Amino acid sequence: MEQRYYQKDIETMSYEEMKKLQSEKLVKQVKHVYDNVPYYRNLMDEKGVKPEDIHGIDDLHLLPFLSKADLRDAYPYGLLAKPLSECVRIHSTSGTTGRRVVAFYTQKDVDLWEDCCARAITAAGGTNDDVCQVAYGYGLFTGGAGLHGGSHKVGCLTLPMSSGNTERQIQFMSDLGATILCCTPSYAAYIGETLKEQGYTPDDIPLKAGIFGAEPWTEEMRRQIEATLGIKAYDIYGLTETSGPGVAFECSEQTGMHVNEDHFYAEIIDPDTGEVLPEGEKGELVFTSLDKEAFPLLRYRTRDICVLSRKKCSCGRTLVKMAKPMGRTDDMLIIRGVNVFPSQIETVLLKEGYQPNYQIIVDRVNNNDTFEVNVEMNADQFTDIASELLMMEKKLAGAMKTMLGINPTVHLVPPKSVARSEGKAVRVIDKRKLI
Amino acid sequence: MAIQQITVFVENKQGSVVAITDTLAKHNVNLRALSIAETEDFGILRLIVNDEATAEKTLNDEGYLIKVTDVVGVKIGDAPGKLTEALGVLAKEGINVEYLYAFMARTEKHAYLVIRVADNTTAEKALENAGFHLVTKSDIEKL
Repeated sequence: MEQRYYQKDIETMSYEEMKKLQSEKLVKQVKHVYDNVPYYRNLMDEKGVKPEDIHGIDDLHLLPFLSKADLRDAYPYGLLAKPLSECVRIHSTSGTTGRRVVAFYTQKDVDLWEDCCARAITAAGGTNDDVCQVAYGYGLFTGGAGLHGGSHKVGCLTLPMSSGNTERQIQFMSDLGATILCCTPSYAAYIGETLKEQGYTPDDIPLKAGIFGAEPWTEEMRRQIEATLGIKAYDIYGLTETSGPGVAFECSEQTGMHVNEDHFYAEIIDPDTGEVLPEGEKGELVFTSLDKEAFPLLRYRTRDICVLSRKKCSCGRTLVKMAKPMGRTDDMLIIRGVNVFPSQIETVLLKEGYQPNYQIIVDRVNNNDTFEVNVEMNADQFTDIASELLMMEKKLAGAMKTMLGINPTVHLVPPKSVARSEGKAVRVIDKRKLI
Repeated sequence: MAIQQITVFVENKQGSVVAITDTLAKHNVNLRALSIAETEDFGILRLIVNDEATAEKTLNDEGYLIKVTDVVGVKIGDAPGKLTEALGVLAKEGINVEYLYAFMARTEKHAYLVIRVADNTTAEKALENAGFHLVTKSDIEKL
């Protein structure tokens, strides 16, 4: 079987050459950040590290970490390393001011990000003969723009569908002969079920591959999607902090995702001590942007628990592989592809005049995430008129939708009814079996 | 003038209502009337009882979410058209009824209506002017 690469020289580079390339980029990048980002310069100064101390990738461990808290402190421009006049785009996650990540891109940043996505599409078998249906959301969310750009670079005929309107998705897929589908795995499963309901069989549509990411999914779900759509389903990983999808992608072997490590250097650390762990050990995934210009995060702690492997891959790529993330070191939930922090729910409740007594219940029914929030009422909020209570639930759900970008089902419950263990309320019940 | 209704929030779980009535029975509270409004999410149980103070304390102690609401009680004749007559008075005055329920007297030949409106005084005045007899707290206790 013919192996195709988008940037063969990089994707199959020897370990030594890659290390050399990474080292050269890192030395330059540290200087760029130190000179242009006072926030990070202070962190380096506090740690007593100067750009001159960084001679190569082996010195990376000397640099301070960045965390979500730093992003919050530095919001919105504190980590920007280029003048805004040189930036051409922003993308953002949902959330409050503190939780929202706003990432800036120069044209070069957009290019390298799109290259990463193009590598992913090529690894999934995409060529300029393909029709690529991008059903990730377009907008501030990175999913749509990233795969859209990658699809262009590969030369696919790109269908910029964005998410939703499943009827229309299916019509385009069928009429225009989409061969590659890019969306969240739960949406892929939903499209698959709808196709089946409408009487389509996998043979009726020319779809051959799917690139699915932005939310956790299981091997079981992969097999199910592959069977209903008659395709090979590939995983893709990324986060707005580093650029978006395409930081790592799956190849034909489907045994983990190759990290585009010429752009994003991956480390695994002990989340408690910060110590770098050897290959194969489980810990927190940390990324360093080696050549992004506008928003170059060094040693950014993703909070994803993960394992790296340099085992030889049958696809011929030498890029290090990361396993599917196995959990989080914080309380972030990914629901329908959207990052949700319990504290965001809390913020809404306080603003709407409720006590922060609530419980989030997440489940996956028919491959779709359900998202319920039980909210304790204050005694004086209770009324004998049912429609008023229903209106209160609706109003709360609306406020949460505005904050999070996804719609919860809100249930008002009596005071002190949310389960408490040892006096501490259980905030999240995640019934999804994702690992 | 108004009578007191005890409203209880009922979670959508099996046995919720029976737990409430059982608690009240154990404390010797007698129910005069009840109505339930149900949504797909929860229920709202509305009670008229003989001893509202005990009922309120008992349910509060048991941790129920309750609210005591003033509602209009009105006596109507036990004959066809009597309910329409009473409601007609309110409609004529432009008074919006949130909900209502009714119960029969055991001995006398008439029925009682429990009516929830936004402004009790206006509704009561309208009904009284039309010749209706309003029900008081002591009437309920004596029933």
